[in-house]
Amino acid sequence: MPQILVEALAKTYRVAERAPGLTGALRGLVRRRWRPVHALADVSFSLEAGELLAFIGPNGAGKSTTVKILSGILRPTSGRVEVDGLVPYEDRVRHVARIGVVFGQRSQLWWDLPVIDGFDLLADIYRVGPERYRRRRDELVAMLRLEPLLDQPVRQLSLGQRMRAEFAAALLHDPTILFLDEPTIGLDAPSKLAVRDFVRQLNREQGVTVLLTTHDMHDVEALAERVIVIGQGRLLTDGPFESLRTSVLAERRLHIDFAGPAPALEMPGVTVRARSERSLELAFDPAEIPVAKLIAAVAAQHAVEDIHVDEPAIEEVIARFYDLHDAGEA
Amino acid sequence: MQAASLHWARPYLAAFRARFQLMLQYRAAALAGFATQCWWGAIRILVFAAFYGVNAAAAPISLADAVTYVWLGQALLALQPWVADPEIGQAVRTGGVGYDRLRPLDAYGYWYARTLGWMLARALPRAALMLLAAGIVLPLVGLGDWALRPPSGVMAALLFVPAFVLMTALGAAVLMLANIVVAASLNERGVNAVLTPLVIVFSGSLLPLDFYPDALRPFLHVQPFAGLVDIPFRIYFANLKGGAALQGLALQAAWTLVLIGLGRLAMERMMRRLEMQGG
Repeated sequence: MPQILVEALAKTYRVAERAPGLTGALRGLVRRRWRPVHALADVSFSLEAGELLAFIGPNGAGKSTTVKILSGILRPTSGRVEVDGLVPYEDRVRHVARIGVVFGQRSQLWWDLPVIDGFDLLADIYRVGPERYRRRRDELVAMLRLEPLLDQPVRQLSLGQRMRAEFAAALLHDPTILFLDEPTIGLDAPSKLAVRDFVRQLNREQGVTVLLTTHDMHDVEALAERVIVIGQGRLLTDGPFESLRTSVLAERRLHIDFAGPAPALEMPGVTVRARSERSLELAFDPAEIPVAKLIAAVAAQHAVEDIHVDEPAIEEVIARFYDLHDAGEA
Repeated sequence: MQAASLHWARPYLAAFRARFQLMLQYRAAALAGFATQCWWGAIRILVFAAFYGVNAAAAPISLADAVTYVWLGQALLALQPWVADPEIGQAVRTGGVGYDRLRPLDAYGYWYARTLGWMLARALPRAALMLLAAGIVLPLVGLGDWALRPPSGVMAALLFVPAFVLMTALGAAVLMLANIVVAASLNERGVNAVLTPLVIVFSGSLLPLDFYPDALRPFLHVQPFAGLVDIPFRIYFANLKGGAALQGLALQAAWTLVLIGLGRLAMERMMRRLEMQGG
């Protein structure tokens, strides 16, 4: 029995439709027209305890809606959801006591209270016993290096500091599942690394099941063995990140600097992506032309000064994948 | 048994305490509120004095009681539910409501505890200042006729305790309905624009309800807002006593329960429709 089970999940919002301008506003007073927006059309997947799954997709794809339904905030229009044997939105109170949630764009700590007071308050709200609370809090404070921040009001923290405090806040009651909605958004590089390290540690060492949504492909690469891509409310793929990368883009790039002016190169299966006076960037599929063969062919005809092969950036892979499925935001 | 109920109440007490402590910080607001309430109290007393000077026989209560009524009202003004809790409006706009849904708590109870903390933290410092000024300083400077008097007897004082508790609980229940409308409509201005005049008139805050025309009084004395000001204050100066006082308390309690019940239903419905903004 998987820990999280999602079947044919759909969520439709009603959006008031209004003609532009004053006349439109006036007409809206008399008769309002509603337009259905399908945030989720038909999403199914399951997750075993201890897994780490990343949800990616363009803005408006339905990632956050999924997280909000799984965490019990929203009620789906149709479909079936079970988390640890509970239906989140039917059995909300029991369900939310077992999960932790971090929204990257919102704060669950009290703006005007020192961090430690917020933690105390959450311990009261989740009815965590004093002994257990002290142990858990000290553990999280050490893992997230929060000691120097504890007596500062939350409003004085930097975003990176606040995010670390938010993680501790979400985990004080020892949840077995952690939902993260864009946890690294807006963070600088060291803070992102700290968040990733922490999430990895939590998942590997403490066995916490993690479901995260993100736009940062480095998050995915660093953390997730499994990735679900969703676009326009539909599930596009579900599988290991590596297979997504190879299935979408086998393409490699060859960068060549020439001793003289760059030649007009024409070979079957090779396209010129960029050129400057003395250099070329070629794109090719290694299944069609092996790298060695291509390099040998170029070097045989021209004086080559420098040469290297790389692969497209992950962002590019994903953008191309969205294009392929026509999944970009309408 | 006691340990179990404390365990159950712990989150709600914590939510109340946090809000109460945070709000107590606003000393300047308390002082400003106190100054305003002194000013309005004085004006209202002058109006009453003028009225009693012309036609004292027509008045349903004595001038001394009317003066006490005014000061008591000014002292406890912040307990009256005339604006929705601003924290709720803010939580709805910023999406903090989502986090509220993530707490393993009764949603109504959680908001009720916070709203109660907000009301009492605003009211108590001002009430203390006002009791000091109108109850102690005024008699000391020789204006005893215009002062806030102590409860009329031991019985009135004892009955005022539950009346005060119920006026607070009822006020919070009214505010919760306002909060829920704010959360559902994403807008607090409209709610406050309707709520403020309703509360000021029907609670008896503007004028004790017995001052209104005879034809309206049967209605005025049974509607929910009477329990916010008119009933508890009349118990204070023993205008309501014995059976009538108990009836007043029963009315306060009944309306509190009804409004809490309505609030719970409304909150349930609102939360089902709740849609959080953003992808």
